[in-house]
Amino acid sequence: MSENKYKDLEDLAKDIRKKTIDSIGFLGVGHIGGAMSIADLLTILYYRKMHVDPSNPKMEDRDKLVLSKGHAGPALYSTLAQKGFFPEQWLRTLNVGGTNLPSHCDMNRTPGIDMTTGSLGQGLSSAIGLALAMRLDKSERNVFAIIGDGESQEGQNWEAAMTASQFRLNKLIAFTDYNKMQIDGYTSEIMSIDDPEAKWKAFGWNTDRVNGHSFAELDAAIDRARESKDKPTMIIMDTIKGKGCSFAEGVITNHNMAFTYEQAKEAIEALG
Amino acid sequence: MSDKDMRDVYTETLMEMADADQRICVLEADLMRATGTGSFKDKFPERAFNVGVAEANMVGVASGLSAGGKIPWAATFGCFAARRSYDQFFISANYAQQNVKLVGTDPGVTAAFNGGTHMPFEDTGLMRCIPGLVIFEPCDSVSLKSLIRQATEHKGSTYMRLQRKGKYTLYGESDEIVLGKGNVLKEGEDLTIIASGYVMVPEALAAAEMLADEGINARVIDMHTVKPLDRKLVVESAEKTGAVLVCENHQKKGGLFSAVAECLGEEYPAPVAAVAVEDQFGQVGTLEYLKEAYGFTKENIAEKAKALIKRK
Repeated sequence: MSENKYKDLEDLAKDIRKKTIDSIGFLGVGHIGGAMSIADLLTILYYRKMHVDPSNPKMEDRDKLVLSKGHAGPALYSTLAQKGFFPEQWLRTLNVGGTNLPSHCDMNRTPGIDMTTGSLGQGLSSAIGLALAMRLDKSERNVFAIIGDGESQEGQNWEAAMTASQFRLNKLIAFTDYNKMQIDGYTSEIMSIDDPEAKWKAFGWNTDRVNGHSFAELDAAIDRARESKDKPTMIIMDTIKGKGCSFAEGVITNHNMAFTYEQAKEAIEALG
Repeated sequence: MSDKDMRDVYTETLMEMADADQRICVLEADLMRATGTGSFKDKFPERAFNVGVAEANMVGVASGLSAGGKIPWAATFGCFAARRSYDQFFISANYAQQNVKLVGTDPGVTAAFNGGTHMPFEDTGLMRCIPGLVIFEPCDSVSLKSLIRQATEHKGSTYMRLQRKGKYTLYGESDEIVLGKGNVLKEGEDLTIIASGYVMVPEALAAAEMLADEGINARVIDMHTVKPLDRKLVVESAEKTGAVLVCENHQKKGGLFSAVAECLGEEYPAPVAAVAVEDQFGQVGTLEYLKEAYGFTKENIAEKAKALIKRK
């Protein structure tokens, strides 16, 4: 039996989930579902894949991330805090007036955030701009972008999809957090985005499909994407909305949920 | 004296700057032929991006370029710049404190044959609601060149209303044109006429001549920068002349007239009036027809001026 190459990431992801549940639970309400579904992706990106420096968040020639589904900011804040971009105590200031950690990502407030997002559908275009700027600077770094499945319903994504392939942005690696749920219900019932791979392929992208909670699959897919010579890549991640939060996992109303700090503590304990 | 269309001055100025500054990029949404930035693309192909008919995406890409340290100048018709890509410009560019220079061409009646669907009478009003945004509308080739350079140096996003076609030179090369400061074109004491842009500044000057023939001396101001408004000059003019007439190629709500009226309401209440579009949509026609239809003529300005003076 081979050694588990991802034990460290599993532990780190668990800590990121605990921190995220704690920060939202401390406030009492927040976007728990979509934060938990991308926790594993953020873990592998920030601990294995991205060239970043927590002591110098604006380091020249770094990899960049656009979290287009900006409401999942709390998961990214936990990741950045854990990496040392800012003190972990900040996590309990989520959405408190004057905080550096607003519900949706703000590059001007939070060290380590590369692009302001929150109005769904806009992040992929911004990621294209960042990738073009990197190309002008002759950088070999990547721009990563994460969009939601519900977010894919915004038409601007498809304008951006055409643009990224037209401009042959092989350094752009995007992920769809395909957790199959959105605010009003199941994505398939509200406005289906099936079959996402066929859609992105038709727009000229490389596509891949992985279990978004498998580090092995994410690892391999990101490495494959990095080999691309002339196309952007969309990695469709099958995920579970609320993954790892006992009272929220798979619950249809978990998009923006109110819960008590007692519930949060129980969910944190359940993670072990 | 300029023998060049305004759009040629736009492209030439960007090319001059791009020679020295590698950060300057141009973005278009399938209107490169209309804006005339093809020569920029010929010279700097790697810094000219045509995203196709996708204005919202264009503004988003421009925001990303800015976040990556570039200075993007993105142009499209004003109707699309303001209405189609408003949220992208609001959030990805301005809320994100980026440095996107957005250009809305064919302002107001200059959309002419493209008609009501393409005739922005509301772009300045929409843009004025974006916190911190700098908004300007050059009337001639000299101020256009100068203001593009100043906007490029300004840290933050800007919105420029640009008349593409037509040649007009008002200023001399040595005239001082400063973003955020109005230019007094003619002194007078009976009323002040504040105008902006390629359509209205020449008409305002012509109206002032007509008024002078009747013994009425109007102070005329080119208020190229709508935001931040040169409040000092507005108040000083109201104090000096007792009445202010605003002429703009825009609807009455939200634009320069609103800005001036808000300022005077707060600081120096005085009779104000507007030569601007009432609560109406645009329509097709020649520029001359449309100017007549909406009252953008020296005769109408003179009439409104005389009526205003009676309210002093």
